[in-house]
Amino acid sequence: MVTQVRIGAAAGFAGDRSDSAGPVIEALAQHDGPRFLIFETLAERTLALAQIDRIANPARGEVPALERLLRPALGDAARHGIRIIGNFGAANPRAAAAKIRGWAAEAGYPRLKIAVVEGDDLLGLMSPAEFAACESDGTVLARAPEIIAANAYLGAGPIAEALSRGADIVVTGRVADPALVLGPLIHSFGWAWDDWDRLAAGILAGHLLECGSQVTGGYFADPGVKDVPGMDRIGYPIAEVEADGSFVVTKPDGTGGLVDRRTVTEQILYEIHDPAAYLTPDVVLDLTEVEIEQVGPDRVRVTGARGHPLPPTLKATICVDGGHLAEAEISYAGPNAGARAKLAIETVQRRMRRYHPALAIRVDLIGAVSVFGDSAGSGVTGIAWDKLPTDLRIRFAAESDDRAAAECLLDEVEALYCAGPAGGGGVRRRLTPRLRSASCLVARDRVTPSVSFLEGMG
Amino acid sequence: MELISTPLHALAHARSGDKGNRLNIALVCRHPALFPVLAAELTADVVAEIFRARAPSRVVRYELPRLSAFNFVLDDVLDGGVNASLGLDGHGKTLSFLLLAASVPVPKAVLDAIAGESPAASPISTRHPQNPGGPR
Repeated sequence: MVTQVRIGAAAGFAGDRSDSAGPVIEALAQHDGPRFLIFETLAERTLALAQIDRIANPARGEVPALERLLRPALGDAARHGIRIIGNFGAANPRAAAAKIRGWAAEAGYPRLKIAVVEGDDLLGLMSPAEFAACESDGTVLARAPEIIAANAYLGAGPIAEALSRGADIVVTGRVADPALVLGPLIHSFGWAWDDWDRLAAGILAGHLLECGSQVTGGYFADPGVKDVPGMDRIGYPIAEVEADGSFVVTKPDGTGGLVDRRTVTEQILYEIHDPAAYLTPDVVLDLTEVEIEQVGPDRVRVTGARGHPLPPTLKATICVDGGHLAEAEISYAGPNAGARAKLAIETVQRRMRRYHPALAIRVDLIGAVSVFGDSAGSGVTGIAWDKLPTDLRIRFAAESDDRAAAECLLDEVEALYCAGPAGGGGVRRRLTPRLRSASCLVARDRVTPSVSFLEGMG
Repeated sequence: MELISTPLHALAHARSGDKGNRLNIALVCRHPALFPVLAAELTADVVAEIFRARAPSRVVRYELPRLSAFNFVLDDVLDGGVNASLGLDGHGKTLSFLLLAASVPVPKAVLDAIAGESPAASPISTRHPQNPGGPR
């Protein structure tokens, strides 16, 4: 009977460090028993971008960082019998699995069993009107003619099934992030699907691991206040989970970062709204009785997760076209920089009002008022121009379905080089296609998760 | 009772998270003795005032006494969220420090009691030469 399961996390988002898996695998390799490595790589818009990729080329649609993140880890994980679960399949888990099979073969493991979890993709299964009817918290879909991506958050069930059928690697698209951890725990311990407290404990372990180093000293350091050693080589987390659902969060020996009450507490509440009701596809997690205890260096024990029966619906994220985001910047420095920056802003604003009067333009003054400014970006209107630092960078931003209007702003900022105030330099301009997202609550009978193995591997 | 206006940065640490146009900030007391003080001073209304420039449509405070922490949930403060905002920080990642820049009155006796504990355990850093000054 399994008494303890070890799960490590190698990535908390698609842009995460690619050398984080090595030390986690090395640490897991020193133990017997079930061991797993998870990769969480699927932010909301990552999946929609992958869907656009897949439409352009049916052999693509995985997370673009798949090779960078997974390939270096494949051989070592296989050698030590560490099984891998990742949502890097994005819009095309089958294509991702085929690529992984090729890399595994090159690493000397041609017979790894690679499972594909599908069924999250609802595009074509529900009409735009049906999505609009179940949109929660907004009315984005009522105004959008075309849906680019629609994916339900699957639970831990198909992951546990894939592992029970012998998968060495489980490739998913959209699943609830903590299900990447709950799946292997259910597979290993055989927890019942109505054992709410244990399911909740597994979700809590997953919640703490799913952002990678955010529980081991990442997104935490505040020099002189909250110091973190070895920021340049932070160790990624490992959970040692007991059959009763209690677990210890730790990290590989010899790595940087830290695990203490503070890092764990901050991450417990990360992206949580009501701590008594964190909704997931498999269970509602109640954090209000959670206790944490430092039980050793870089070891924190977490107990007390409570669970309530699963919600009646599944959450789905729907992405629609969001027009174009135009961003351009220019710098002014030295004597009278504030006055010259102010004149540059007024010049661009006057010209844009002349040519695109309907376009709303946000202006930030980086270093003076930008990220703390108000939502509309009117922070610069009340500024004391004569009391500013003398090394200023202006940022203009606008969004439009009309590409020409968005580009006009970029042209106007660039034109400041010659036609603007004295000494303007360092123009950077960027036009980015945007995706707008909405949340829907979908009836469970509209979603049919499936598990399959690459051909010839079942 | 003598009260000392103290920056939250010296009393607590914080982390921002986002979901759409909703921001949550976990605020964790550096010492359990500060939990009742902040529970009394840092109400949802006070936090709404700190974020007034962003016009939150609703602020809810959840209390987690076992963790000496609060979770503040602020609706409609992210200019539509990361996929819609024109701002640089559509996630609101930086906004935990907008909260920490605010000051609250703390009884001197509480600060003295905490400072009297062993230096290693002291939650109050001595490296706060000055508070840059928050919205309050």
